[in-house]
Amino acid sequence: MAAQKMIQVIDLHKSFGTNYVLRGINLEVETGSTCVILGGSGSGKTVLMKHIIGLLKPDRGQALIEGEDIVPLGAEELAKIRMKFGMVFQAAALFDSMTVYENVSFPLREHRKLSEAEMRRIVGEKLSIVGLQDVEDKYPADLSGGMRKRVGLARAIVLDPNIVLYDEPTTGLDPITTEYVDEMILDAKKKLGVTSVVISHDVASAFKVADNVAFLSEGLIVDHGPPAQMRNSQQPMVKLFLQTWFGKN
Amino acid sequence: MRVPQELEKPLRPKLPGPLTAFVESIGAGTIKLMTDVGGVTTLAWSVARWTIRPPYRLQNFFVQLDFVGVGSIFIVALTGLFSGMVFAHQSARAFQIFNAESLVGPTVALTITRELAPVFTALMVTMRAVSAMTTELGTMRVTEQVDALETMAVNPIQYLLVPRVLAGLIMVPVLVMVFDTTGMAGGYLIAVGVHGVSAGTFLSRTQQWMEAADIFEGLVKGAVFGLTVALIGCYKGFGASGGAKGVGQATTEAMVASALSIFILDYLVGITLH
Repeated sequence: MAAQKMIQVIDLHKSFGTNYVLRGINLEVETGSTCVILGGSGSGKTVLMKHIIGLLKPDRGQALIEGEDIVPLGAEELAKIRMKFGMVFQAAALFDSMTVYENVSFPLREHRKLSEAEMRRIVGEKLSIVGLQDVEDKYPADLSGGMRKRVGLARAIVLDPNIVLYDEPTTGLDPITTEYVDEMILDAKKKLGVTSVVISHDVASAFKVADNVAFLSEGLIVDHGPPAQMRNSQQPMVKLFLQTWFGKN
Repeated sequence: MRVPQELEKPLRPKLPGPLTAFVESIGAGTIKLMTDVGGVTTLAWSVARWTIRPPYRLQNFFVQLDFVGVGSIFIVALTGLFSGMVFAHQSARAFQIFNAESLVGPTVALTITRELAPVFTALMVTMRAVSAMTTELGTMRVTEQVDALETMAVNPIQYLLVPRVLAGLIMVPVLVMVFDTTGMAGGYLIAVGVHGVSAGTFLSRTQQWMEAADIFEGLVKGAVFGLTVALIGCYKGFGASGGAKGVGQATTEAMVASALSIFILDYLVGITLH
């Protein structure tokens, strides 16, 4: 039996003025798997991710979440679809006027009617999943880059979403923190069973966390498949990109 | 092979002449103005729609009432006091020439309530609160905090903009009343205390010439200005892009557009009410 598709992107096109960013993207992500979209800077990775969660409308094409096309949906229907998502932003996008506790509990306050004690319990649980303790009363400005990303993940998973999107989770981090963030992504998949989409240009991280890798170049997915298969890709752009990490042999 | 003559010329973009550049700059400015007016109008419609839809975010609303209104009371009161004082001083000097010092009271009262209070209050709110609004929203936009709200199924217009715009609409008229009060007090102090106008004359003449409609005119102007400057601040902040420089530029544009709008609307509302 074919695996169920959580996300399907079909012939997606998007341009900003004369800048033709996505030129017919086709992508499928199976339920419970981790798909890493690799590509260079300016290749359209973030634009693709914003289409998957409905932050941008395409010029043409479809973005299906559990079989439902979200492109024609209005603000209210999109809000319902977004309840299935958690998103970790490149720079965490924590609300800087709020403490860590207020940030992580924000989706709970908005969408669940819970007592303060219950929210404290859930926030503590999610923070412990991402390896953080005793930071509830701190502000984002008091945290390191890696800690902010972990708080961002705790906020993203606080409503137990089906899908977590990671926007360049390891960019700008030192090797040890990068390792920790990779483990965090693997843990989120293992412990919560979420479907993950990671956009990155970090080859090492991509090959560590991915079940499938899709390579985006000049607005097209030029090759995709499991990491072992992608390692031997004959696509010139993919070969060139992977050589930066694996070397020419 | 003979190379066509035009290909022999160096490939250099043709620079526009001064007249073309002038016309282009006017065209570009007009397009930007129209885009901004259209954008603010569309935003006003969105804010109106999201205002009446639940959930009603009372906590955010009261925070903004406090920030825009309560936080501006002192500077508005001080501006009103000194505006009233200087206007009474200049009026008294002018009226002394004609031995008409008894008109200082109504002149100060009418000028303050109809014009100075709404215009100066809106300018002070623009400088203190709208600049902060634009910067805060712009920073939230460029650091993806606005996108984060959307991904958490929270409408950013309802969560961020509705409380700010309503606070501008409600609190600027309240601050206009504060300005009216301190402005009149300042005028009274200078006219009576420094220029020797009798207190009874100052008050009775003011009562004789001033009507409730004059105060009402100032309040209407205050509401229009408050709504407009809050919308402009939100529009510019919400549309900011390009990091710290973009946020700075958005704030500058919001300040200039708000100040100009206040003066243009002052005239338009003034002639509409009369």
